[in-house]
Amino acid sequence: MANTTSSIDAVVIGASAGGVEALLHVLGALPADFQAAVLVVMHLAPDRPSIMPRLLAQRCAMSVKEADDKEEIRAGTVYLAVPDYHLLVEPEKRLALSRDEPVHYSRPSIDVLFESAAYAYCSRLLAIVLTGASNDGADGLRAVRAAGGAAWVQDPSEATVDIMPAAALAQAGADRVLTLSEIAAGLAAIATQQER
Amino acid sequence: MDIDPDFDIELKLLLEGIYLKYQHDFRHYAVASLRRRVRLAMDRFGCATVSQLQDKVLRDPALCSQMLRFLTVQVSEMFRDPGYFRAVREHVVPALQTYPSFKVWIAGCSTGEEVWSMAILLEEEGVLDRSVIYATDINPDALKTAEAGVYPVERLAQFSASYQAAGGKGSLSDYYTAAYGSAMFQQRLKRKVVFADHSLATDSVFSETHFISCRNVLIYFNLALQNRAVGLFKDSLVRRGFLGLGTKESLRLTDYARDFREAVPHERIYQRE
Repeated sequence: MANTTSSIDAVVIGASAGGVEALLHVLGALPADFQAAVLVVMHLAPDRPSIMPRLLAQRCAMSVKEADDKEEIRAGTVYLAVPDYHLLVEPEKRLALSRDEPVHYSRPSIDVLFESAAYAYCSRLLAIVLTGASNDGADGLRAVRAAGGAAWVQDPSEATVDIMPAAALAQAGADRVLTLSEIAAGLAAIATQQER
Repeated sequence: MDIDPDFDIELKLLLEGIYLKYQHDFRHYAVASLRRRVRLAMDRFGCATVSQLQDKVLRDPALCSQMLRFLTVQVSEMFRDPGYFRAVREHVVPALQTYPSFKVWIAGCSTGEEVWSMAILLEEEGVLDRSVIYATDINPDALKTAEAGVYPVERLAQFSASYQAAGGKGSLSDYYTAAYGSAMFQQRLKRKVVFADHSLATDSVFSETHFISCRNVLIYFNLALQNRAVGLFKDSLVRRGFLGLGTKESLRLTDYARDFREAVPHERIYQRE
């Protein structure tokens, strides 16, 4: 395995079709004092405000917010990509937004977040690909692994839509293939390990 | 996609080279999105490394001007984010009307969609002839497109829908003629517009202004360059002058948050104290 999960500064998560329930399941399990930042790209309609921040805030112990441009990334916070903007990580661990062209027809794109996070965090990063009907995330996951980060992929047989996790596994491989419950438990374990 | 640990080093050298040779300053742009755009340029110009691209750009000025298209983001639409233009109509124009003449600065106007939108809006509000509109960008090719006011006709359906949603008083087709797949906007609309090359990274304030619109430009800057740009805006604006930003941009993290009040918070329209 590329690294131990006890040395993670950030978790990046990509989700598409079926992703709302999956994210609620995974993020709902994390404690308020989770010792890493969580950055999420969920594919959404570009032309209307997202209900995700409110929905997740109601169900998560961690603080949840939409990503602001050039905001400093803090542990214990979930940052959600906003509709119609890519979300990226700057080298000095600040968030950045961009209106560059969509990638895999998506803006925000999972690949764009994962790749920029790989540059910023190198091995201190965990990337997770969840359910979806897209190839987005596969290239990004390869970048994360190439930079020494850890890669988890939702078990395609459990995913609401298996295309995205299957594409990620085929193109990038993974350190672990897990069910949502296992992902939630694995993340919660990171919190405990890092406290010691 | 593989991670090249030396990419950022070569990128810094490329940007330094472009600055020294051509005085285009991208050294304080946000890095993460710039990486992807430089990689697109490498593909386009057949370069395996950033250093190869640097070699070509430094020896070929024509290539540098083509590079500008990759280094900047040029996606723009007319009346993009209609709520913003509605807010300009309802909150900014009434204040501008109190001046016998006023100046508007559209900073980073790219290919001009917002310039033509603003000219139409001011025309409909009956104040275009009292205005001067400065439309500035660093890319001479983009400025030429902006000045021409000709856009592919297939983009017009979206533009028209946004124009209506932004409180347009007629039909967008009142303002253009379509022929051979292009829509050409009425040239009389630009009678008060001055198109000019200006860099928020290296140039200084050139005029006192009453309203500055700079949308989806600051997100491509790092905080230091955001501070420089907003400093220029502050120095250019009259007291009580307006500054409009993109939907996801704010002054919160800049050094100048206290010099402005939020005039229309949800549309990111600020007013100089």
